[in-house]
Amino acid sequence: MNNIIVYCETNGNAVADVSLELLTKAKSLANQLKVQVEGILIGNDLKGLEKTLFAHGANVVHKAEDKRLEFYQTLPHTSVVCEIIGKEKPQIGLFGASTVGRDLAPRVASALKSGLTADCTSLEIGEHYEKKTDTTYKDLLYQIRPAFGGNIVATIINPETRPQLATVREGVMKREEMDQPVKGKVKNWDVNEIVGKDDFVIEIIDRKVEDKKVNIKGAQIIVAGGYGVGSKENFNILYELADVLGGEVGGTRAAVDAGYIEHDRQIGQTGVTVRPKLYIACGISGQIQHRAGMMESSMIISINTDANAPINSIADYVITGDFAEVIPRMIRYYKKNSK
Amino acid sequence: MKSLKIIVLAKQVPDTRNVGKDAMKADGTVNRAALEAIFNPEDLNALEQALRIKDMVPGSEVHLLTMGPGRAAEVIREGLYRGADGGVLLTDRKFAGSDTLATSYAISTAIGKMKYDVVVAGRQAIDGDTAQVGPQVAEKLQIPQVTYVEEIEKIDAKSMVIRRRLDNGFEVVKAPFPVLLTVHSSAPDCRPRIAKNVMKYKHARTLTELQDATEDYTRLFQDRPYLKIREMGVHEIEANVEALGLSGSPTKVKKIENVVFKAKEAKVINSDEKEIEELIVELIENHTIG
Ligand SMILES: Cc1cc2nc3c(=O)[nH]c(=O)nc-3n(C[C@H](O)[C@H](O)[C@H](O)COP(=O)(O)OP(=O)(O)OC[C@H]3O[C@@H](n4cnc5c(N)ncnc54)[C@H](O)[C@@H]3O)c2cc1C
Ligand SMILES: Nc1ncnc2c1ncn2[C@@H]1O[C@H](COP(=O)(O)O)[C@@H](O)[C@H]1O
Repeated sequence: MNNIIVYCETNGNAVADVSLELLTKAKSLANQLKVQVEGILIGNDLKGLEKTLFAHGANVVHKAEDKRLEFYQTLPHTSVVCEIIGKEKPQIGLFGASTVGRDLAPRVASALKSGLTADCTSLEIGEHYEKKTDTTYKDLLYQIRPAFGGNIVATIINPETRPQLATVREGVMKREEMDQPVKGKVKNWDVNEIVGKDDFVIEIIDRKVEDKKVNIKGAQIIVAGGYGVGSKENFNILYELADVLGGEVGGTRAAVDAGYIEHDRQIGQTGVTVRPKLYIACGISGQIQHRAGMMESSMIISINTDANAPINSIADYVITGDFAEVIPRMIRYYKKNSK
Repeated sequence: MKSLKIIVLAKQVPDTRNVGKDAMKADGTVNRAALEAIFNPEDLNALEQALRIKDMVPGSEVHLLTMGPGRAAEVIREGLYRGADGGVLLTDRKFAGSDTLATSYAISTAIGKMKYDVVVAGRQAIDGDTAQVGPQVAEKLQIPQVTYVEEIEKIDAKSMVIRRRLDNGFEVVKAPFPVLLTVHSSAPDCRPRIAKNVMKYKHARTLTELQDATEDYTRLFQDRPYLKIREMGVHEIEANVEALGLSGSPTKVKKIENVVFKAKEAKVINSDEKEIEELIVELIENHTIG
């Protein structure tokens, strides 16, 4: 029925946040297109997980269960996803831009000869008129992402190929549970019929995955630093402020690349997207890839020596000055004035 | 143990990390000329892994494959300076406008004309950060892929043991040959240029470059055939032209917008003691902090 299908990642006994965020988005796109949402669950023991998908709007859940599918592996997952997409013929397929999704989606897209857009920051439905052929395409998926050093925002479409495929990072879309879970149905797939011995040529010898150490996505207050912070040691000043305010520290890609801060804390198009109550940007110029991950913060304070830094134009408060002088003052006056 | 043939996929990219004010033209298009062209950073990590395989399995050979305009031959010379044995420049007007699917089709058909046991790519290219070409080349070659590689721990006659990085941890896998790896930036940096190789290869050229050269290289090339960088085009790789370039690219750019700020009316605060205290008190009073 040309629905929207979402590949749902599982970690341990739960469905990954990014997949639930995608289901929520898929639901609103599906309402616009008057179609349904389908989810794909692949794993060893998936008991009950379909309920989570129904609660987030899935009308159909495709389940592929097999002992050999306990951990994610490229080849068998590609085979299963291609089989399901081939039979169900969705018009849109969405994947999380996680290590799993970014390993799987391109392989699937190649096998299906479909177009794929990575790291979308927005998805919309719209139409397109092609002058050369005088054709109007209705109900296309607009896959919107910043491109080229962030100076431009590109809208990508796949007029001819189906499904239209996209990946989206965790946190970019908002997750919402339905008021009433959908009374959906489960469709079980026979894994033995789909995967062969060749799909298991790669053997997992060892594996260790920890729970996330930092959770900046959930923080209400974020003190973020950029390249302008200048060193790893200087970041300690930011940690101190975050500490007294009860917040977390994040950073730009330039700060991550320079080794000032770990990658888990990168905010932006290729990092996490955050929506805190308060975002304090220190030594951050505010290129679009960074703004894409923080501009929905309720309040933004920018501390920058450059009065014309681009970030200032989305800030609520602009402090023109050196972060190394401003932050200690903030700490001092916070301690003095809070009870 | 039998030696291995290794192909490194390396791309020349505009240095989007240092985008200056003149990166955009007045009409809103990208001014590529204003951006320095560099060896894609993670492809240098990939080259290092390939050279390590060569160190581990004596007699192995590393060849670069790069698809791009004539000047991308620079990437191949850089690889030769750092220890690669050769390279191929895949170049043809018909490749223009390729998205990742058309790119991976062209690259995989070129690889089909070469010998390989291992293909090593970077995880992603910084001009788009898509990370799609590696897995798509693997799919087109119908070989398995191991993404986000950090280290090759062991190699035997039939397989390698590889450590790969995951979101919050790692995985160690055993992969048979042939296989495609994509290498993560957390893998070791590439070794520097070797002075001896710079001397040896500084005159390495593609035929196209030779046509534009002022000196006559004919003699030099006869004496030292290793200076000839091989070029391949649509004809050499026997590709289906429909599957290349714009016509082979399912994704189209519908619209490109310049980034315009919706400027908010920001409150400008002086960085002196008094105004910062006032700001903090205001934030405490409206319950933003505290
Ligand atoms: C495909 C792609 C994806 C990307 N993804 C991301 C992403 O997810 N996240 C991200 O952040 N970036 C991303 N980037 C990079 C992005 O384009 C910018 O390069 C980056 O955000 C710039 O970081 P910055 O603001 O820290 O550094 P800069 O642009 O170098 O800015 C430093 C700022 O510090 C100020 N400063 C200097 N000294 C001081 C001081 N003492 N006190 C106060 N201010 C000072 C300067 O005035 C300047 O404004 C991506 C780029 C590409 C091409
Ligand atoms: N034009 C190209 N020539 C050679 N290798 C490429 C090319 N495009 C992409 N690659 C390889 O594929 C990887 C991922 O690229 P991308 O999908 O563009 O992020 C790069 O790190 C390269 O190893």
